[in-house]
Parts: sequence; C-alpha cells; structure tokens
Amino acid sequence: MKWFNHAKIETNLILMGVLTLITVSIGGLAQIVPLFTVATTIERVEGIRPYTPLELMGRNIYVREGCYTCHSQMVRPFRDELERYGHFSLAAESMYDHPFQWGSKRSGPDLARVGGRYSDDWQAAHLRSPRAVVPESIMPPYAFLDRPLAYADIAEHLKAQRAIGVPYTDAMIANARADLEAQARPEADPAAFQGRYARARQAAFDGDPAAVTEMDAVVAYLQMLGTLVQFRDVTPEQMRQQ
Amino acid sequence: MPTKIEKDALTGTNTTGHEWDGLKELNTPLPKWWLYVMYATIAFSAVWVILYPAFPFQGATGVTGWIAREAVVQDVAAANERMAPMMNRLRAATPQQIAADPELRAFAMAGGRIAFANNCAACHGAGGQGAVGGFPSLADDDWIWGGSYDAIHQTIAHGIRNEEDDEARTSMMPRFVADGVLTPAQVNDVASYVVSLAGDADPGQAAEAERGKPLYAENCASCHGDTGEGNRDVGAPRLNDRIWLHGADRHAIARFIANPRMGVMPAWAGRLDPATINMLTVYVHALGGGEN
Ligand code: HEC
Ligand code: HEC
Ligand code: HEC
Repeated sequence: MKWFNHAKIETNLILMGVLTLITVSIGGLAQIVPLFTVATTIERVEGIRPYTPLELMGRNIYVREGCYTCHSQMVRPFRDELERYGHFSLAAESMYDHPFQWGSKRSGPDLARVGGRYSDDWQAAHLRSPRAVVPESIMPPYAFLDRPLAYADIAEHLKAQRAIGVPYTDAMIANARADLEAQARPEADPAAFQGRYARARQAAFDGDPAAVTEMDAVVAYLQMLGTLVQFRDVTPEQMRQQ
Repeated sequence: MPTKIEKDALTGTNTTGHEWDGLKELNTPLPKWWLYVMYATIAFSAVWVILYPAFPFQGATGVTGWIAREAVVQDVAAANERMAPMMNRLRAATPQQIAADPELRAFAMAGGRIAFANNCAACHGAGGQGAVGGFPSLADDDWIWGGSYDAIHQTIAHGIRNEEDDEARTSMMPRFVADGVLTPAQVNDVASYVVSLAGDADPGQAAEAERGKPLYAENCASCHGDTGEGNRDVGAPRLNDRIWLHGADRHAIARFIANPRMGVMPAWAGRLDPATINMLTVYVHALGGGEN
C-alpha cells in the first residue's frame, strides 16, 4: 500500500496531532453523546426516589466491602432471568446510583430484586454467617458489620450526591441525621420521615432497635433493592426506552 | 525515517530499518488469518449497527426493528402458551386433587422442586432441612402451623408475620424479661422445666425445673399446652420434643424466652403464580411430614 505510509505520519507532528485528535474524538463522542439523550433513555416510571440516608450508608458499605465483585444488580431481559429474579431492570432504577452497581460477575445471585424476598432476620443472619443458613454457600461472613455505624457526616454524603445530580432537597439534608435514626428505630414517629421518603420501611433491621449499626444500614439497603417500581402499574409506553 | 530496510537472509522478511547497537528487528507481517478475522469483525459491527438498535436516539431501532425488551416479552408469552394446558389444570385443581392424579403430581413435583430451590431454599435449606436460627425444617412431621395440604397452602400463600399480607399468619410470644413479666432467674427456671418436658432433664437442674413448673403453668401453658404439646392455632411450637428453632442448648432456650425473635416469612401469593403455589404445596407436603 504505497499511498499509506506510517513513516509519513510518525515524522509529521501536525499530521499526527490532527489524526490523533480525530481518533480520540470518535471514541469520546461514542461515550459522551449518549449522556445528552438520557432524557429519552431513562423510562418515566413512578416511584423512584433517592436513597434514604440509612440506605445510602448501606450502599456505601456494599461498595466498600466489594459485594459487587460477586453480585450483579441487573436483571437482563432474558426469559430465564425473568423466571428467576422477576421483572428485568430498568435504567430508571439505577438513575440515582453513583456509581451504578450493575456488576459483571455473578458468583452469587443477582441482587437487583432481592428486596422483600427474605426477612430482615434472615438477611442479618446470612451476612453474619452465610453458612449458618445456607450450608453450601461460598459467601464470606460479615459478622463485623454489627459494629456501630459512623454517620456523623451523613449530611455531607447527601450534599455530595446532590452535587452530582441526585435531587436531595434542603429539608432532606437538614434532617439527614434524624431520618437515618428514625429508619433504624421502628418506634420512631414515621410522619416526617415517610413524608420525605415515600414507602421507606422503618425497622430494627439487625434485630436490635437500640444502636444503629452497619448491619442496619446494609440490610435496609438490601431490603429496598428493586422494590420502588410497582410493575403492576407500569404501562408499556412508560417502559419504552426509545 | 527508517533508512536501512534490508531483507533478512534467514527468514526472507524485511527488517524495520532501525538499528540499536547492532540489533535489528524483523518487520514480520501479522498472520493473514488474524488480519482477516479482524476485518470480518469490523464488517460484522457495521452490519450490526444497521440491523440492531445501536444509537441512543428516539426511534433508532435498526432496520430489523428488534428490541430486547419486546423480544423477551414475546419469549415469555410463547413459553406460557406452551405450558398453558398443564398450568391451567394445576391452577384449577386443589393440591389434594393434584396429589391424587399421577400425571399432575409428577409435573407438580418437578416444578415444585425448581420453585423451592429458587424461592425457599435460602431459608428452609436445599432439602427442606431448615436452619438453626428460626427457620424450621419442612421435611419432618413437627409442624408449627400445620401440615395438611390446606394449612401448607395457606402458609405459603400468605406467609407468616410479614408486613405485606393482611392474611399472614401471626401471633406473638411475650418478651418475658424485656416486658418485665419474669425475672432472668425465673426464666432460667422455666427454661430448665421446658428442657425437662422434652426429656432432656439435667439432674443438676432438677430444683430449677421444679421451680419452673408453676411458672410454666401460669405463663406458657395457654399457648404451648399443659404438657408442651404446642398449639397450631397460634403457631406455638411443640416444646415436648427435641426439635428446637434456635438450637437445643438450654441457654439458647432461656435467651429466647427472655426476648423471643419471632419467625417471619414473606407472602408468596403476590410473587408466584397460583399454579406454582399449588405445586409448592404438593412438593412440601411430600418432603416427609405431610398430614391428611
Ligand atoms: C465471594 C463471593 C461473594 C461476596 C464477596 C459476597 N457474596 Fe453474597 N452471595 C454469594 C453467594 C455464592 C451466594 C449464594 C449462596 C448464599 O445464599 O449464601 C450469595 C448470596 C447472597 C444473598 C442472597 C441472595 C439470594 O437471592 O438468595 C445476599 C442478599 C447477599 N449474598 C448479599 C451480599 C452482600 C451484601 C455482600 C457484601 C457485604 C455479599 N453478598 C458479598 C457470594 C458472595
Ligand atoms: C425469609 C425466609 C423464608 C423464606 C424465603 C421462606 N420461608 Fe417458609 N418459613 C420461614 C420461617 C421463619 C418460618 C417459621 C415461622 C414461625 O416461626 O412461625 C417458615 C414456615 C414455613 C412453613 C410452615 C412450617 C410449619 O411448621 O408449620 C411452611 C410450609 C413454609 N415455611 C414453606 C415455605 C415455602 C414453600 C417457601 C418458598 C416459597 C418458603 N417457606 C420460603 C422463613 C422463610
Ligand atoms: C401468646 C402465646 C405464647 C405464650 C404465652 C408463650 N409462647 Fe412460647 N412461643 C409462642 C410462639 C408463637 C412461638 C414460635 C416463635 C417462632 O415461631 O418464631 C413460641 C416459641 C417458643 C419457644 C421456641 C420453640 C422452639 O421450637 O425452639 C420456646 C422455648 C418457648 N416458646 C417457650 C415459652 C415459654 C417458656 C413460655 C412461658 C414463659 C412461653 N413460651 C409463652 C407463643 C407463646
């Protein structure tokens, strides 16, 4: 191929610079352009709300412990996955996830719809010692999650999320601490908390209403996964992505 | 600019023309097969972009019009149609009728096994053997709520002490120490008595058990029965056997009496097809302890 000569490109700085720019732009556009079309790729379904402060802390622990290395959160649109896990995942369901937890490896089951499938007791017992309830499990034990949750900076976490586009309101940020504690204490007054976070469950997730532990946070997070959209009420139009 | 491109005598391949301290590098061309496979993948991707949805724009579906989400809905509908004749029969029949019909029963046992592995095994064990920590065995004849077809069906469909189903089975054992009904010492006594009911009396604890007997009659017999035979109406387990939800250790039993953790099971009526719940009922009934 006489007309194409690498040597020519490699010895001409301007030509090389222009061609590099073109190549990088193509790659960049392929990643950036879809972001401008988010409005049409995210379904307009009801029910999606930002994580409650306790769930957000649970999510942070989920990321910290690397649960995503064994668990995906993405029910793909195949019949076998629907039969096992339920409705396929919608883009809207992870729109407040920074970063998303879709994952790419399943040593354990998908967790996108694990919320409500088991009791709080089971979740806590399973995290403390997976083999105590599932003898054949290869999941590592996380008994240390029974330690107190450090949440003095919870309002800052919400602010950081707001800075990257999660619609936390001023009231949510001002009450972050109170909301976090209210969710972990079933006897706390639900009115204010429930008003800010629709259909969020209050419970002693780890079995002990006295202290707020990391276990409370992780179980609260797991128990809401995949429960926000009421699929019975979703129309095919809302679900159509494009 | 490489200047000294020369043919290597041994391989017949050109060198790159560079030379470092007398070292030259062969400019061996990429293997033909590799190159053609790469060109083929590029051509394939071009065809793919035309045929299938590749751009995130309104209406950019590709010329085939194929959309994963619609394809899976059709897949599910086709499979449901294939299975409809059998599933309709399983939906219409009662668990008793399914068990009595060999064809339906064989189908229900196979389907029930899969549904059990997917939905129930995490709590009740792969073989229904249960787990210490409040998850009962379903393979024995020691039932908390009942082992007839109807009782099992009701338990599975509505669950136990959950927040989602108004018809869930429910009952609460008092938190005897936490609620201040008994002192820790009294709980210790009544625990020793309970253990003796099960036939595991420890002679060293005879005095405690003796003190625990009237406490039992007063506080516990109303639910668990005079001799610890249990009461299925309120889901109070038998205490006069050696089957324990939270372990056979006397201290574990005392801890439970002081501050019980009541078992919770989700309701399955909203999650599973009625036919699947019928299949599960027949399957669980056949695990070992089914009653008539
Ligand atoms: C080494 C891989 C591994 C890691 C890391 C791991 N898991 Fe698991 N997990 C499994 C496996 C395997 C199972 C299936 C067996 C079982 O139920 O224990 C499982 C099951 C589960 C289940 C039950 C899912 C279902 O539908 O039955 C939950 C919930 C869960 N894991 C949560 C977590 C959380 C939270 C973390 C991080 C704190 C975590 N896992 C980390 C391997 C892992
Ligand atoms: C979150 C854990 C969990 C899951 C999942 C679960 N169960 Fe249960 N199940 C329990 C607990 C806990 C009890 C005992 C409740 C009590 O103490 O009264 C129970 C009790 C039962 C009983 C009554 C046992 C008796 O002795 O009367 C049956 C039958 C049963 N489960 C069947 C099932 C089936 C079938 C499934 C799957 C569709 C299932 N369970 C899924 C936790 C679970
Ligand atoms: C209001 C009814 C009620 C009363 C009164 C009651 N219980 Fe219970 N008890 C229950 C129920 C319901 C359960 C099942 C808990 C579960 O399924 O998680 C239970 C479970 C137990 C268990 C665990 C059984 C097992 O198989 O591991 C023990 C032990 C027990 N009770 C002892 C007592 C003693 C001792 C007293 C009196 C001091 C008492 N109970 C009073 C309802 C009652």
